[in-house]
Amino acid sequence: MAETLLFNALREAIDEEMARDPHVLVMGEDVGHYGGSYKVTKDLYQKYGELRLLDTPIAENSFTGMAVGAAMTGLRPIIEGMNMGFLLLAFNQIANNAGMLRYTSGGNYKIPMVIRGPGGVGRQLGAEHSQRLEAYFQAVPGLKIVACSTPYNAKGLLKSAIRDDNPVLFFEHVLLYNLKENLPDGEYLLPLDKAEVVRSGKDVTILTYSRMRHHVMQAAKTLEKDGYDPEVIDLLSLKPLDFETIGTSIRKTHKVIVVEECMRTGGIGAEIVASINDRLFDELDAPVLRLSSQDIPTPYNGTLENLTIVQPQQIVEAVEKMIALRV
Amino acid sequence: MVQERTLPTFHASSVEMSREEGLRLYEDMVLGRMFEDKCAEMYYRGKMFGFVHLYNGQEAVSTGVIKSMRPGEDYVCSTYRDHVHALSAGVPARNVMAELFGKATGCSKGRGGSMHLFSAEHRLLGGYAFIGEGIPVATGAAFQTKYRREVMGDKTADQVTAAFFGDGTTNNGQFFECLNMAALWNLPILFVVENNKWAIGMAHERATSQPEIYRKASVFGMPGVEVDGMDVLAVWSAAQTAVARARAGEGPTLIECLTYRFRGHSLADPDELRSKAEKEAWLARDPIKKFTTYLIEQKLASQPDLKEIDSRIQALVDEAVQFALESPEPSPSELYRYIFSED
Repeated sequence: MAETLLFNALREAIDEEMARDPHVLVMGEDVGHYGGSYKVTKDLYQKYGELRLLDTPIAENSFTGMAVGAAMTGLRPIIEGMNMGFLLLAFNQIANNAGMLRYTSGGNYKIPMVIRGPGGVGRQLGAEHSQRLEAYFQAVPGLKIVACSTPYNAKGLLKSAIRDDNPVLFFEHVLLYNLKENLPDGEYLLPLDKAEVVRSGKDVTILTYSRMRHHVMQAAKTLEKDGYDPEVIDLLSLKPLDFETIGTSIRKTHKVIVVEECMRTGGIGAEIVASINDRLFDELDAPVLRLSSQDIPTPYNGTLENLTIVQPQQIVEAVEKMIALRV
Repeated sequence: MVQERTLPTFHASSVEMSREEGLRLYEDMVLGRMFEDKCAEMYYRGKMFGFVHLYNGQEAVSTGVIKSMRPGEDYVCSTYRDHVHALSAGVPARNVMAELFGKATGCSKGRGGSMHLFSAEHRLLGGYAFIGEGIPVATGAAFQTKYRREVMGDKTADQVTAAFFGDGTTNNGQFFECLNMAALWNLPILFVVENNKWAIGMAHERATSQPEIYRKASVFGMPGVEVDGMDVLAVWSAAQTAVARARAGEGPTLIECLTYRFRGHSLADPDELRSKAEKEAWLARDPIKKFTTYLIEQKLASQPDLKEIDSRIQALVDEAVQFALESPEPSPSELYRYIFSED
């Protein structure tokens, strides 16, 4: 067991996969000499050379398209979005080509690529660098979407994403890179389509992902003291959703709260609520509660920024309300 | 009508053309022409749907470039006007026609349609319907070749990629971004501009500050070549040089082919903006007629030789239609197939 920071867990995943398979390479802005904006690829270019840690010009749409072409012809590129928000500039290549091309081509090509990088709302980074992109991308057919939240799952999920033969959008969170955790010494992989039951409980199911997992666990500590017993599920895979795990939990608790950093309109939570209504409506004792971030560009001011995303106290209140069936 | 550019002079005598090669080029151009004429007929008879962009008039470009490459090894990347590139790359006419009919036997299994022809077997990276988006994909394929050679030590990795696109695309960022990266990394790629003067209704001169596209290569330190795109010999000759350079690891080339489409932008285009005089001037320069004259004059082929090819190709195109008509529709039970690689 070795105590590892989240960004180093990601680095280990990339390092191990690059050592294992010469088809794996990293492309993006400052991934080589600079080592990545959050040091996820630090010094790897010295080990693997400049072609495998390809520092690209600032041309997001074109280098993403290049990765698609490289993947179609047999390589396994990992694209780093210096900030995931920059990938809005590559939306066409991600949607039309990474996501749709396998289908459009009638199965002629597969596109094994990973698009990863720092996303989410950081600390006063301003609207453009504090995006909640998962809602924008969830409707693209052919994409898998993963959001890691701990050093352990970051490493295991990224390794699986690199080995997957489909395009995987892999969200990291700017405020989680310095989380520490003891990681197993040996190699491990985590499945891309399984949610994690973070805390087993019987009163209410809380579905969450990425940084909000930690807000939820903070809230859970308060709730425990007050005698509540919530079940907390980290989705990990935002697409496809693991409805086996979600369903098992809802059949136990009959109450659901979604806690997301995503915007409310058309968000991951909106999709979850709709899917629960489709599949598990009869299991519910109350309407599903949705705690989302506000439908506004993330403001710079710290107070306003805090008001924009869900805070632990709101989660506590939501659970109290839900359990009292005051919803 | 804007003053026409003076076409670069090309001396046919500078090319050594064998009878075999000449007939191969002729056959490919005739295939392109007859296939597209048949598409127009089938479209108006309600057998194919959506947007259909025909290639008539531009055959010398597809043939001249792709026939300079190694079939099934080198990569071809196309646009929404992709039928003839697919044919030149070796995708059987029947599978292209079946795709246009939306059939399960189509090269994209009926999922793609006219603007999305693909064939991994023939190294056709695809038809890309949005302007410019194929260029990065082609650049990635070229990068892959370099990567296999230099990182993985694969000495057989000397494939060349050709990216085709039109004059309108050369005002798009992906064009400049990829020229930069291809030159920066010395990638084995040909950027082939089919300058047919019109981006639907936007005349090239109205869209760009420097109409001579081949000159845009110079700022990237890349050779830029201006070619008479109605002369298959000229295109073939320029492509031979560019392919040899790319294969030898000497990097990319931008080839601007001055050409013209004999039909509207698509079969839905009323084609009201191009003048009669302009169309007639270019129709008089039909690349197939020009090459026919060359083959006869050089005694590389006789009229009966060419007639025999014409009727063989016509039969092949007719057979392609028959195949497409008789082919099954994709099964509704497979609606979700091919979303993910596991399918």
